[in-house]
Amino acid sequence: MIQNKKVIGTHEVPIITLAEVAVSFGAVKALSDVDFRIMPGECVGVVGHNGAGKSTFVNVINGRLSPTSGIVNYAGDNAQADFRNADRARTVGIRSVFQELSLCPNLTVLENLRIPYRNMPLKNWRKEAGQVVKKSLDEIFPGNGINPYSVVADLPIAERQMVEIAIAFSQRDIDARLVILDEPTSSLDGSIAEQLLSYIKRFCEEGGSIIFISHMLGEIFDVATRIVVMKDGRIIDDNLVSKFSRDTLVDAMGHVVPDTPEIQVAKKNRSFGEEVLRMENGLSARKGEIIGLAGLAGHGQAEVLAACTLARSSDWLASRNPQVVFVAGDRARDGLMPLWSIMRNLSLQTLVEFSRGFWINRIKEASLADRWHSKIGIKTDNLMNPILSLSGGNQQKVLFSRALASSAPIVVMDDPMRGVDVGTKMEVYRMIRSEAEKGRTFLWYSTETDEILECDRVFVFREGEIVSELTGDEITEDNLLRTSFAMQESIQ
Amino acid sequence: MNREHLRALLPFMSLAILLAAVFYMQPRAMSYFGLNLLFNLAIPVALATVAQMMILMINDIDLSIGTFVSFCACVTATFVQSDPVIGYAILAGAILVYAGMGAIIHVRKLPAIVVTLGMSFFWAGMAILILPSPGGSAPDWLRTMMTAKTPFLPVAIIAPIIIGLSMHYFVKRSALGVLLRGVGGNEQAIERSGWSVLRLKAVAYGIAGLLCVLSGMALVGLATSADANIALRYTLLSIAGVILGGGEFTGGRVSPIGAVVGALTLTLAASFLSFLHLSSDWQIGAQGAILILVLAARLIFTRREATI
Repeated sequence: MIQNKKVIGTHEVPIITLAEVAVSFGAVKALSDVDFRIMPGECVGVVGHNGAGKSTFVNVINGRLSPTSGIVNYAGDNAQADFRNADRARTVGIRSVFQELSLCPNLTVLENLRIPYRNMPLKNWRKEAGQVVKKSLDEIFPGNGINPYSVVADLPIAERQMVEIAIAFSQRDIDARLVILDEPTSSLDGSIAEQLLSYIKRFCEEGGSIIFISHMLGEIFDVATRIVVMKDGRIIDDNLVSKFSRDTLVDAMGHVVPDTPEIQVAKKNRSFGEEVLRMENGLSARKGEIIGLAGLAGHGQAEVLAACTLARSSDWLASRNPQVVFVAGDRARDGLMPLWSIMRNLSLQTLVEFSRGFWINRIKEASLADRWHSKIGIKTDNLMNPILSLSGGNQQKVLFSRALASSAPIVVMDDPMRGVDVGTKMEVYRMIRSEAEKGRTFLWYSTETDEILECDRVFVFREGEIVSELTGDEITEDNLLRTSFAMQESIQ
Repeated sequence: MNREHLRALLPFMSLAILLAAVFYMQPRAMSYFGLNLLFNLAIPVALATVAQMMILMINDIDLSIGTFVSFCACVTATFVQSDPVIGYAILAGAILVYAGMGAIIHVRKLPAIVVTLGMSFFWAGMAILILPSPGGSAPDWLRTMMTAKTPFLPVAIIAPIIIGLSMHYFVKRSALGVLLRGVGGNEQAIERSGWSVLRLKAVAYGIAGLLCVLSGMALVGLATSADANIALRYTLLSIAGVILGGGEFTGGRVSPIGAVVGALTLTLAASFLSFLHLSSDWQIGAQGAILILVLAARLIFTRREATI
């Protein structure tokens, strides 16, 4: 290959090159040591488990995030430390379809084209926009029957996703050269998804490039020419698709997280009591059991937890004998009273249980808070300090104490360890285990594999349904990955 | 005919029903002169309503419209009449303040309801400074324009049609209008595509300010004098007008023609109640009842959307 022959559009120049790119948010490293390039005509599948850094990775490529260190090259020219990366990405022809729908629901289909198309000619634009969207829709999804003049909010979700994809591929002043598709088939049914995949293949044959993120490994194997495997913010494998099989791909995604022997011992020889919970979708739990809800984030676990909690608690009155307590993961949204003291936050759940009559029993409240202060090790010298004076991990401990102080037999946890340091995690794991041994049941949704490995029984969710139930020795990272990613479609 | 059509037709139907009732009770209103009398005060209300619509369109709300229109009316009746250059400069400056207010609300992530409530006291104070007691007079050209005897249809009918159609073309058909509505629908999507939401919001507020200035001037042209409290009711009338016309408080769903029709309906409701010889003590309450009736009817049409 001749080095100097760097002309945009030829097959010798990568559309984008990342060299030693790292992104960190404060102390958290979202991406490190990423080297990546994509040539015209390539379709790169990106796979990885929750929090592997996939979205950070694509956001660096489309320019919405500037790397903390490292170099990003767009089609040859150097854009290091340039805060206008998003503009560069646009002028090179990089477009994205995001997982959460990014259409304006109050506008019509053709008006939505106007938003990403910045230099649209103003003369007679409605008619032209309508034709462009229609052409793009017909090309990707033949026979779709979507009227470009209909309002997006009136379309069913699948058609909205089709519109979004069609807009991303539509013809504009700058041609699409690299389209990033993040779970593009999540709301499409089989035959429509098939149309998209075959369009992607045609697009790549004509020299376009695709970055394709999906939890459907079948689709990845179907369209990708190359697969990038991510884990913990790094690219750990980047190879031609022919070098992978399903098994090696799953192996690559989940490298060793050894179980600590302590847990293994603790897990053995446990017997459980009678069944205390059974839901329509097959989720069940026995007394003293720690149930894990696994799978990729946003596949219906939170909804199941909410349904379970709401069905067992009254809308009107707090009970003196609550059936279930809830530990929030999104502390700011579901957990904390940000203006209250640590003590008030801690005693919130149990005020009714520990008080008789109309008044709050202040003495009992204080003694309860003191007991948990020492028991769970909240790092403060005065429980009357405001809750926000604590670190995130300690705030989470307060929320745990709030729930565990209650007498409720079922504890529901919605990914409670988000943003919590390792030390606190270990303490909380130990506490959960000892509470379970006393006969409490835990429902634990977590996006982190090592937490799921702590559970006695695991239900894996995909697309809102339970796809498998793992017990005892079956709970391995391997099995979790295997079931979280859809495997059923075979390679053609 | 689907629900979307019904929903768009509802403001027209309420206006038609009300108009029929007025004509039934007072057949003499069915004339050039009668229509002009019924609707001429609707012109400034319609302008204030489309101004409010610009703000609701981007998911904010403006509680300062009433005092701002009063302020503009006071400036028109004093400075614009005596020293036109200074007068127009003040009005232009006020529009810039409006645009700046939109920018500050966006940059500082302040709730619009609080900022505009605060600004309403500022405008009220300025209005009193300019015109401490009711008075002033309308510039001649304005007076002539507002009382012109146009052929076939009176000004009171032509003006709302012009306001409605031009705002429809701007908001619903132009490329800028699409972006402004996009800000209300999905601000993130606009930002991701590289547009400056700050600039768009400032533009929306600036246009709202311009429409309020026009509203204040029209009001002076009709009333021939001004007063610092002349348009205080416009804040609530304008919000009610937008909602009556098929708009929503959030989500960028507005209808300019509907908003104008809403403003006409509200003005007509007041006349209707006077024709009923209803004691003025009851009029405000009865006006509220009409509003509730129409909104309840709309709720039935929009219930399906709420379930999505």
